[in-house]
Amino acid sequence: MTRDPFALWVYLAERPLLWLTVTLVAYGLADRLSQAARRHPLANPVLIAAAMIGAVLLGLGVPYDRYFDGAQFVHFLLGPATVALAVPLYENRHAVRRALVPMAAALVAGSVVTLVSAVLILMAFGVSPAVMASMAPKSVTAAIAMAVSEGMGGDPALTAVLVILTGIFGAMVGLPLLGALGLGEARAAGFAVGIAAHGIGTARALQFSPEAGAFAAIAMALNAVLTALLAPPLFRWLMVQG
Amino acid sequence: MVQVFAVLLACQLAGEVVARMSGVPVPGPVIGLMLLFAVMAWRQRISAVLPAASGDGTLEATAHGLLRHLSLLFVPAGVGVIQRLDVLGRDGVALVVALVVSSVLGLVVSALVFRALARRSAGGPA
Repeated sequence: MTRDPFALWVYLAERPLLWLTVTLVAYGLADRLSQAARRHPLANPVLIAAAMIGAVLLGLGVPYDRYFDGAQFVHFLLGPATVALAVPLYENRHAVRRALVPMAAALVAGSVVTLVSAVLILMAFGVSPAVMASMAPKSVTAAIAMAVSEGMGGDPALTAVLVILTGIFGAMVGLPLLGALGLGEARAAGFAVGIAAHGIGTARALQFSPEAGAFAAIAMALNAVLTALLAPPLFRWLMVQG
Repeated sequence: MVQVFAVLLACQLAGEVVARMSGVPVPGPVIGLMLLFAVMAWRQRISAVLPAASGDGTLEATAHGLLRHLSLLFVPAGVGVIQRLDVLGRDGVALVVALVVSSVLGLVVSALVFRALARRSAGGPA
Protein backbone atom coordinates (compact mmCIF):
# COMPACT_ATOMS: atom_id res chain seq x y z
CA MET A 1 0.00 0.00 0.00
CA THR A 2 1.25 3.47 -0.99
CA ARG A 3 0.53 6.41 1.30
CA ASP A 4 3.14 8.73 -0.21
CA PRO A 5 1.29 10.86 -2.84
CA PHE A 6 4.49 11.35 -4.84
CA ALA A 7 5.09 7.60 -5.05
CA LEU A 8 1.49 7.12 -6.15
CA TRP A 9 1.97 9.82 -8.84
CA VAL A 10 5.15 8.15 -10.10
CA TYR A 11 3.30 4.83 -10.24
CA LEU A 12 0.31 6.21 -12.14
CA ALA A 13 2.28 8.49 -14.46
CA GLU A 14 4.12 5.49 -15.84
CA ARG A 15 0.98 3.46 -16.57
CA PRO A 16 -1.23 3.70 -19.69
CA LEU A 17 -4.41 3.96 -17.59
CA LEU A 18 -3.81 7.54 -16.43
CA TRP A 19 -3.07 9.08 -19.85
CA LEU A 20 -5.81 7.12 -21.60
CA THR A 21 -8.29 8.43 -19.01
CA VAL A 22 -6.93 11.97 -19.34
CA THR A 23 -7.36 11.79 -23.16
CA LEU A 24 -11.00 10.70 -22.92
CA VAL A 25 -11.87 13.17 -20.14
CA ALA A 26 -10.19 16.07 -21.98
CA TYR A 27 -12.06 15.20 -25.18
CA GLY A 28 -15.33 14.91 -23.23
CA LEU A 29 -14.79 18.40 -21.79
CA ALA A 30 -13.73 19.82 -25.17
CA ASP A 31 -16.79 18.31 -26.86
CA ARG A 32 -19.08 19.80 -24.18
CA LEU A 33 -17.43 23.21 -24.71
CA SER A 34 -17.87 22.86 -28.47
CA GLN A 35 -21.56 21.99 -27.98
CA ALA A 36 -22.02 24.89 -25.55
CA ALA A 37 -20.54 27.16 -28.25
CA ARG A 38 -23.11 25.66 -30.69
CA ARG A 39 -20.32 23.99 -32.67
CA HIS A 40 -18.69 27.35 -33.39
CA PRO A 41 -15.72 26.62 -35.68
CA LEU A 42 -13.24 28.27 -33.31
CA ALA A 43 -14.30 25.85 -30.53
CA ASN A 44 -12.71 22.88 -32.31
CA PRO A 45 -12.69 19.86 -29.96
CA VAL A 46 -9.34 18.48 -31.26
CA LEU A 47 -7.65 21.83 -30.67
CA ILE A 48 -9.15 22.35 -27.20
CA ALA A 49 -8.44 18.79 -26.00
CA ALA A 50 -4.87 18.73 -27.38
CA ALA A 51 -4.11 22.15 -25.88
CA MET A 52 -5.40 21.09 -22.44
CA ILE A 53 -3.42 17.84 -22.45
CA GLY A 54 -0.31 19.51 -23.89
CA ALA A 55 -0.40 22.14 -21.13
CA VAL A 56 -0.73 19.42 -18.46
CA LEU A 57 2.22 17.44 -19.90
CA LEU A 58 4.45 20.52 -20.20
CA GLY A 59 3.43 21.71 -16.74
CA LEU A 60 4.20 18.37 -15.11
CA GLY A 61 7.28 17.65 -17.23
CA VAL A 62 5.82 14.40 -18.60
CA PRO A 63 7.46 13.36 -21.91
CA TYR A 64 5.19 12.82 -24.92
CA ASP A 65 6.28 9.19 -25.30
CA ARG A 66 5.02 8.42 -21.79
CA TYR A 67 1.70 10.07 -22.61
CA PHE A 68 1.46 8.15 -25.91
CA ASP A 69 1.87 4.80 -24.11
CA GLY A 70 -1.66 5.40 -22.82
CA ALA A 71 -3.10 7.43 -25.70
CA GLN A 72 -2.03 4.88 -28.32
CA PHE A 73 -5.20 2.87 -27.66
CA VAL A 74 -7.25 5.81 -28.94
CA HIS A 75 -4.75 6.53 -31.74
CA PHE A 76 -4.99 2.90 -32.89
CA LEU A 77 -8.70 3.29 -33.68
CA LEU A 78 -7.83 5.72 -36.51
CA GLY A 79 -7.13 2.70 -38.75
CA PRO A 80 -10.50 0.94 -38.34
CA ALA A 81 -12.26 4.36 -38.40
CA THR A 82 -10.64 5.12 -41.79
CA VAL A 83 -11.91 1.75 -43.07
CA ALA A 84 -15.37 2.61 -41.65
CA LEU A 85 -15.49 5.70 -43.90
CA ALA A 86 -16.49 3.18 -46.60
CA VAL A 87 -19.99 3.17 -45.05
CA PRO A 88 -20.94 6.85 -45.67
CA LEU A 89 -19.16 6.58 -49.01
CA TYR A 90 -21.25 3.54 -49.97
CA GLU A 91 -24.46 5.17 -48.78
CA ASN A 92 -23.73 8.17 -51.04
CA ARG A 93 -22.32 6.13 -53.94
CA HIS A 94 -24.87 7.40 -56.47
CA ALA A 95 -24.07 11.05 -55.74
CA VAL A 96 -20.34 10.22 -55.91
CA ARG A 97 -20.67 8.41 -59.25
CA ARG A 98 -22.53 11.38 -60.78
CA ALA A 99 -19.70 13.72 -59.75
CA LEU A 100 -16.66 11.82 -61.06
CA VAL A 101 -15.55 14.54 -63.51
CA PRO A 102 -15.83 17.48 -61.07
CA MET A 103 -14.06 15.38 -58.44
CA ALA A 104 -11.10 14.50 -60.67
CA ALA A 105 -10.61 18.12 -61.79
CA ALA A 106 -11.06 19.59 -58.29
CA LEU A 107 -8.64 17.01 -56.88
CA VAL A 108 -5.79 17.87 -59.26
CA ALA A 109 -6.36 21.64 -59.11
CA GLY A 110 -6.78 21.80 -55.33
CA SER A 111 -3.89 19.48 -54.57
CA VAL A 112 -1.39 21.26 -56.84
CA VAL A 113 -2.43 24.78 -55.78
CA THR A 114 -2.11 23.85 -52.08
CA LEU A 115 1.32 22.29 -52.42
CA VAL A 116 2.86 24.86 -54.77
CA SER A 117 1.56 27.88 -52.82
CA ALA A 118 2.83 26.49 -49.51
CA VAL A 119 6.35 25.89 -50.91
CA LEU A 120 6.50 29.28 -52.71
CA ILE A 121 5.52 31.14 -49.54
CA LEU A 122 8.16 29.33 -47.47
CA MET A 123 10.71 30.08 -50.22
CA ALA A 124 9.86 33.78 -49.98
CA PHE A 125 10.47 33.61 -46.22
CA GLY A 126 13.83 31.92 -46.85
CA VAL A 127 13.32 28.87 -44.62
CA SER A 128 15.51 25.79 -45.07
CA PRO A 129 14.71 23.19 -47.77
CA ALA A 130 14.18 20.58 -45.01
CA VAL A 131 11.38 22.68 -43.50
CA MET A 132 9.88 23.22 -46.99
CA ALA A 133 9.92 19.45 -47.61
CA SER A 134 8.26 18.90 -44.23
CA MET A 135 5.48 21.36 -45.11
CA ALA A 136 4.81 20.32 -48.73
CA PRO A 137 2.63 17.20 -48.09
CA LYS A 138 0.84 18.64 -45.00
CA SER A 139 -2.71 18.39 -46.39
CA VAL A 140 -2.87 14.59 -46.49
CA THR A 141 -3.23 11.95 -43.83
CA ALA A 142 -0.20 11.69 -41.52
CA ALA A 143 1.01 8.22 -42.58
CA ILE A 144 1.44 9.28 -46.22
CA ALA A 145 2.62 12.82 -45.46
CA MET A 146 5.41 11.59 -43.19
CA ALA A 147 6.68 9.06 -45.76
CA VAL A 148 6.58 11.65 -48.57
CA SER A 149 8.32 14.28 -46.42
CA GLU A 150 11.10 11.88 -45.43
CA GLY A 151 11.65 10.89 -49.06
CA MET A 152 12.14 14.56 -49.97
CA GLY A 153 14.59 15.26 -47.13
CA GLY A 154 12.06 16.62 -44.62
CA ASP A 155 11.54 15.92 -40.92
CA PRO A 156 8.65 13.41 -40.50
CA ALA A 157 7.95 14.50 -36.90
CA LEU A 158 7.59 18.15 -37.98
CA THR A 159 5.39 16.99 -40.86
CA ALA A 160 3.12 15.14 -38.41
CA VAL A 161 2.73 18.37 -36.42
CA LEU A 162 1.98 20.43 -39.56
CA VAL A 163 -0.52 17.79 -40.75
CA ILE A 164 -2.44 18.10 -37.47
CA LEU A 165 -2.34 21.92 -37.46
CA THR A 166 -3.48 22.00 -41.11
CA GLY A 167 -6.35 19.63 -40.31
CA ILE A 168 -7.49 21.71 -37.35
CA PHE A 169 -7.25 24.94 -39.37
CA GLY A 170 -9.13 23.46 -42.33
CA ALA A 171 -11.81 22.00 -40.06
CA MET A 172 -12.23 25.37 -38.33
CA VAL A 173 -12.36 27.71 -41.33
CA GLY A 174 -13.23 25.43 -44.28
CA LEU A 175 -17.03 25.22 -44.20
CA PRO A 176 -17.66 28.78 -42.86
CA LEU A 177 -15.27 30.28 -45.44
CA LEU A 178 -16.78 28.38 -48.37
CA GLY A 179 -20.27 29.21 -47.11
CA ALA A 180 -19.42 32.93 -46.97
CA LEU A 181 -18.09 32.76 -50.56
CA GLY A 182 -21.29 31.11 -51.79
CA LEU A 183 -19.49 27.76 -52.27
CA GLY A 184 -21.17 25.99 -49.35
CA GLU A 185 -23.03 23.33 -51.37
CA ALA A 186 -22.51 20.03 -49.50
CA ARG A 187 -20.67 18.07 -52.22
CA ALA A 188 -18.28 20.85 -53.33
CA ALA A 189 -17.56 22.06 -49.80
CA GLY A 190 -17.13 18.54 -48.41
CA PHE A 191 -14.76 17.61 -51.22
CA ALA A 192 -12.71 20.81 -50.75
CA VAL A 193 -12.40 20.22 -46.99
CA GLY A 194 -11.27 16.63 -47.61
CA ILE A 195 -8.54 17.85 -49.99
CA ALA A 196 -7.29 20.66 -47.74
CA ALA A 197 -7.76 19.11 -44.29
CA HIS A 198 -7.73 15.25 -44.55
CA GLY A 199 -9.35 13.30 -41.69
CA ILE A 200 -9.84 16.18 -39.24
CA GLY A 201 -11.69 18.11 -41.95
CA THR A 202 -13.64 14.95 -42.79
CA ALA A 203 -14.69 14.57 -39.14
CA ARG A 204 -16.04 18.14 -39.25
CA ALA A 205 -17.77 17.57 -42.62
CA LEU A 206 -19.49 14.45 -41.21
CA GLN A 207 -20.97 16.60 -38.42
CA PHE A 208 -22.23 19.02 -41.09
CA SER A 209 -23.96 16.38 -43.24
CA PRO A 210 -23.44 12.73 -44.26
CA GLU A 211 -23.20 13.79 -47.91
CA ALA A 212 -20.47 16.37 -47.21
CA GLY A 213 -18.71 13.72 -45.10
CA ALA A 214 -18.80 11.17 -47.92
CA PHE A 215 -17.28 13.63 -50.39
CA ALA A 216 -14.65 14.66 -47.83
CA ALA A 217 -13.74 11.01 -47.25
CA ILE A 218 -13.21 10.29 -50.93
CA ALA A 219 -11.26 13.55 -51.41
CA MET A 220 -9.00 12.64 -48.49
CA ALA A 221 -8.31 9.16 -49.92
CA LEU A 222 -7.70 10.44 -53.48
CA ASN A 223 -5.46 13.30 -52.32
CA ALA A 224 -3.35 10.88 -50.25
CA VAL A 225 -2.66 8.84 -53.39
CA LEU A 226 -2.12 11.86 -55.66
CA THR A 227 0.22 13.61 -53.19
CA ALA A 228 2.31 10.46 -52.76
CA LEU A 229 2.80 10.29 -56.54
CA LEU A 230 2.97 14.00 -57.38
CA ALA A 231 4.68 15.74 -54.45
CA PRO A 232 8.26 14.43 -54.95
CA PRO A 233 8.64 15.43 -58.65
CA LEU A 234 6.73 18.70 -58.13
CA PHE A 235 8.87 19.61 -55.12
CA ARG A 236 12.10 18.84 -57.00
CA TRP A 237 10.93 21.00 -59.89
CA LEU A 238 10.12 23.90 -57.55
CA MET A 239 13.55 23.61 -55.91
CA VAL A 240 15.27 23.80 -59.32
CA GLN A 241 13.17 26.83 -60.33
CA GLY A 242 13.79 28.56 -56.99
CA MET B 1 -20.62 -5.17 -32.93
CA VAL B 2 -17.72 -7.57 -32.31
CA GLN B 3 -18.23 -9.05 -35.77
CA VAL B 4 -18.21 -5.60 -37.34
CA PHE B 5 -14.94 -4.75 -35.60
CA ALA B 6 -13.51 -8.01 -36.91
CA VAL B 7 -14.58 -7.02 -40.44
CA LEU B 8 -13.07 -3.51 -40.08
CA LEU B 9 -9.78 -4.87 -38.73
CA ALA B 10 -9.67 -7.64 -41.37
CA CYS B 11 -10.12 -5.05 -44.14
CA GLN B 12 -7.36 -2.91 -42.62
CA LEU B 13 -5.09 -5.92 -42.25
CA ALA B 14 -5.68 -6.98 -45.85
CA GLY B 15 -5.04 -3.35 -46.88
CA GLU B 16 -1.70 -3.31 -45.03
CA VAL B 17 -0.70 -6.59 -46.70
CA VAL B 18 -1.59 -5.25 -50.17
CA ALA B 19 0.22 -1.95 -49.49
CA ARG B 20 3.41 -3.69 -48.28
CA MET B 21 3.48 -6.39 -50.96
CA SER B 22 2.71 -4.14 -53.92
CA GLY B 23 4.73 -1.11 -52.81
CA VAL B 24 1.94 1.25 -53.92
CA PRO B 25 2.16 4.50 -51.94
CA VAL B 26 -1.31 4.19 -50.39
CA PRO B 27 -1.86 3.73 -46.63
CA GLY B 28 -3.19 0.31 -45.60
CA PRO B 29 -6.39 1.73 -44.03
CA VAL B 30 -7.23 3.54 -47.30
CA ILE B 31 -6.94 0.25 -49.22
CA GLY B 32 -9.01 -1.28 -46.39
CA LEU B 33 -11.66 1.40 -47.05
CA MET B 34 -11.83 0.32 -50.72
CA LEU B 35 -12.08 -3.35 -49.67
CA LEU B 36 -14.96 -2.65 -47.29
CA PHE B 37 -16.68 -0.68 -50.05
CA ALA B 38 -16.33 -3.74 -52.32
CA VAL B 39 -17.62 -6.01 -49.53
CA MET B 40 -20.70 -3.78 -49.14
CA ALA B 41 -21.32 -3.74 -52.89
CA TRP B 42 -21.09 -7.54 -53.06
CA ARG B 43 -22.53 -8.43 -49.68
CA GLN B 44 -25.66 -10.15 -50.97
CA ARG B 45 -23.48 -12.71 -52.71
CA ILE B 46 -20.92 -13.19 -49.96
CA SER B 47 -23.25 -12.97 -46.96
CA ALA B 48 -22.58 -16.63 -46.15
CA VAL B 49 -18.97 -15.85 -45.15
CA LEU B 50 -19.66 -12.39 -43.72
CA PRO B 51 -22.67 -12.61 -41.40
CA ALA B 52 -21.93 -9.25 -39.80
CA ALA B 53 -22.05 -7.48 -43.13
CA SER B 54 -25.14 -9.23 -44.40
CA GLY B 55 -27.40 -6.24 -44.21
CA ASP B 56 -29.09 -6.14 -40.80
CA GLY B 57 -27.80 -2.59 -40.23
CA THR B 58 -25.18 -3.53 -37.61
CA LEU B 59 -22.31 -2.55 -39.90
CA GLU B 60 -23.86 0.85 -40.63
CA ALA B 61 -24.72 1.50 -36.97
CA THR B 62 -21.24 0.57 -35.73
CA ALA B 63 -19.46 2.56 -38.45
CA HIS B 64 -21.55 5.66 -37.80
CA GLY B 65 -20.98 5.26 -34.05
CA LEU B 66 -17.20 5.11 -34.56
CA LEU B 67 -17.22 8.05 -36.99
CA ARG B 68 -19.35 10.22 -34.69
CA HIS B 69 -16.26 10.61 -32.51
CA LEU B 70 -13.65 10.65 -35.28
CA SER B 71 -12.30 13.93 -33.83
CA LEU B 72 -11.33 12.17 -30.59
CA LEU B 73 -9.00 9.83 -32.49
CA PHE B 74 -6.82 12.77 -33.62
CA VAL B 75 -6.22 14.06 -30.09
CA PRO B 76 -3.14 11.87 -29.26
CA ALA B 77 -1.44 12.97 -32.50
CA GLY B 78 -2.48 16.57 -31.84
CA VAL B 79 -0.76 16.56 -28.45
CA GLY B 80 2.45 15.66 -30.36
CA VAL B 81 2.72 19.35 -31.30
CA ILE B 82 4.50 19.87 -27.95
CA GLN B 83 7.47 17.93 -29.35
CA ARG B 84 8.21 20.50 -32.06
CA LEU B 85 7.55 23.76 -30.24
CA ASP B 86 11.18 24.78 -30.97
CA VAL B 87 10.77 24.69 -34.78
CA LEU B 88 7.34 26.28 -34.50
CA GLY B 89 8.98 29.07 -32.51
CA ARG B 90 11.88 29.60 -34.93
CA ASP B 91 10.01 29.46 -38.26
CA GLY B 92 6.60 30.12 -36.74
CA VAL B 93 5.54 33.14 -38.82
CA ALA B 94 6.57 31.55 -42.14
CA LEU B 95 4.90 28.25 -41.25
CA VAL B 96 1.65 29.89 -40.13
CA VAL B 97 1.44 32.13 -43.23
CA ALA B 98 2.21 29.22 -45.59
CA LEU B 99 -0.25 26.91 -43.81
CA VAL B 100 -3.10 29.43 -43.71
CA VAL B 101 -2.70 30.87 -47.23
CA SER B 102 -2.15 27.51 -48.97
CA SER B 103 -5.09 25.91 -47.13
CA VAL B 104 -7.44 28.79 -48.02
CA LEU B 105 -6.30 28.71 -51.68
CA GLY B 106 -6.72 24.93 -51.81
CA LEU B 107 -10.22 25.08 -50.29
CA VAL B 108 -11.44 27.83 -52.61
CA VAL B 109 -9.87 26.43 -55.81
CA SER B 110 -11.18 22.89 -55.12
CA ALA B 111 -14.72 24.09 -54.43
CA LEU B 112 -14.73 26.51 -57.41
CA VAL B 113 -13.52 23.86 -59.88
CA PHE B 114 -15.94 21.29 -58.46
CA ARG B 115 -18.90 23.63 -58.77
CA ALA B 116 -17.99 24.84 -62.27
CA LEU B 117 -17.77 21.28 -63.64
CA ALA B 118 -20.75 19.95 -61.64
CA ARG B 119 -22.88 22.67 -63.24
CA ARG B 120 -21.64 21.92 -66.72
CA SER B 121 -22.21 18.15 -66.46
CA ALA B 122 -25.60 18.42 -64.71
CA GLY B 123 -26.88 21.48 -66.57
CA GLY B 124 -27.35 23.33 -63.29
CA PRO B 125 -26.66 23.01 -59.57
CA ALA B 126 -27.98 19.71 -58.28
